[in-house]
Amino acid sequence: MTTTKHKVHVLTGNEAVATAAKLCRVQVVAAYPITPQSSVVETLSKIIEQGELKAEFVTVESEHSALAVCIAASTVGARVFTATSANGLAYMCEQVHWAAGARLPIVMGLANRAMAAPWSVLNDQQDSMTMRDAGWIQIFCRNNQEIFDTFVQAFKIAETVHVPVMVCYDGYILSHTVMPVEIPAQESVDAFLPPYKPHTILDPAHPRNLNPVTLADPRRNGDGELCHGYMELRYLHQEALLNAPAVITAVDQEYGKAFGRSWGGMAWGYQAEDAEILLMAAGSLCMEASVAVDRLRQEGIKAGVLGLRVYRPFPKKELIEATKNAKVVAVFDKSMSYGNEGPICADLKAALYGSGSAPIVHGYITGLGGRDVKYRHLMDAAKTSLTAANNGISTKASEWINCQI
Amino acid sequence: MGTRDCGQKSAMSSPCIGEAGRTGDWRSTRPEFDPAKCLAVKAGRPACFQCWAYCPEGVIKKEVGSEVDLTYCKGCGICVEVCPSGAITMIPEPEEE
Repeated sequence: MTTTKHKVHVLTGNEAVATAAKLCRVQVVAAYPITPQSSVVETLSKIIEQGELKAEFVTVESEHSALAVCIAASTVGARVFTATSANGLAYMCEQVHWAAGARLPIVMGLANRAMAAPWSVLNDQQDSMTMRDAGWIQIFCRNNQEIFDTFVQAFKIAETVHVPVMVCYDGYILSHTVMPVEIPAQESVDAFLPPYKPHTILDPAHPRNLNPVTLADPRRNGDGELCHGYMELRYLHQEALLNAPAVITAVDQEYGKAFGRSWGGMAWGYQAEDAEILLMAAGSLCMEASVAVDRLRQEGIKAGVLGLRVYRPFPKKELIEATKNAKVVAVFDKSMSYGNEGPICADLKAALYGSGSAPIVHGYITGLGGRDVKYRHLMDAAKTSLTAANNGISTKASEWINCQI
Repeated sequence: MGTRDCGQKSAMSSPCIGEAGRTGDWRSTRPEFDPAKCLAVKAGRPACFQCWAYCPEGVIKKEVGSEVDLTYCKGCGICVEVCPSGAITMIPEPEEE
């Protein structure tokens, strides 16, 4: 473990993101301001302008262009970074898919914010959930130290599996809240994260078309070599995501050896080993759930937290293992798959189906558009679910917490 | 036997004729020329060339006794429509097994 030259700074989540991008020596930054992400790129702009980081800061007129610039720069071999929130991510949508299909190791910071309409700048996780099927890796952070550490890990993961990574952290709750964050020395980060070696080719002597029109069936190229059709390329993309958990876990462990902190790889538990009821969530809500669990334990209820760190790829194997001894799992989604239920809840049920391990799963919708979530809300929900489970009620419709309709 | 051997992670090709695929594969009918009716052949010198001018793929040669590059001809039949002497007809390709 490297212990020299670490410094503890008091940083907002957004400052932790900008500091991580700097220490990862990103070469191109392109982003468009949107609340609550704006101070990430404001800080980076200052860092670059002051000569502390040798990088191109490309000012653009929209989020669509921001990611288009990142795609171009990543294609020619640069380590690139962008950040956005909510409607900015929605405006990027086409390029979000392109970055993934082109298998570019772009790392994006997403300060989670509610989607309009109605207009809101406050937190929930609808924005990242809306992009869950675009083929990115999505990692959720619970505090500002995890944000910093996850960004350093994210470049290594992305550049290993050739899939872009969206690092998600709750807007305002983390983006604008200061916490102590241990910042490692530049040499330690350099040793952990070597320069990016691109898989795309830019050589004037051997020009290439990248991501050209690709027909339905495999075809022979000009040299007579049989090349992928569209479906084969998509299969490889899925294969990369299915292989990603091993890489994500290994990178987290390697980070732990180098810097003294690991964050649980794909998913983590708190007081979870003997828990009858697990409170499952992603992001900062897990910290509130930890408070609820401590209080429930004081009341003699065997409760635990199941923290979902990586949402895509979805950690089916880890979740089946983590829930096998629980009686009931209460899933708290800060977003909604409208017309169905909370996306994390639905995905957990799908993962458990046919696994042979079948705890009761109850879904709760909470904290939409910045609605405050208190530990006592989570405690009440946990008790409701446990009572229902003890009374043999195995299913119930998603319940909206603190919705005052 | 599969495409994995090409070693590509994302779609990539070298610029060359037909790099996006041999579009002749799309064809269900192909144009056949009757030289006895072709105006240029009958005149024995460059003439007419409507088929060359209107071919959207540029696969018909501008010479007396036109030839079609069937590797890329999609079988659209525009040459048949524009030929003033009815020298071209579309012939069905054999059905795939």
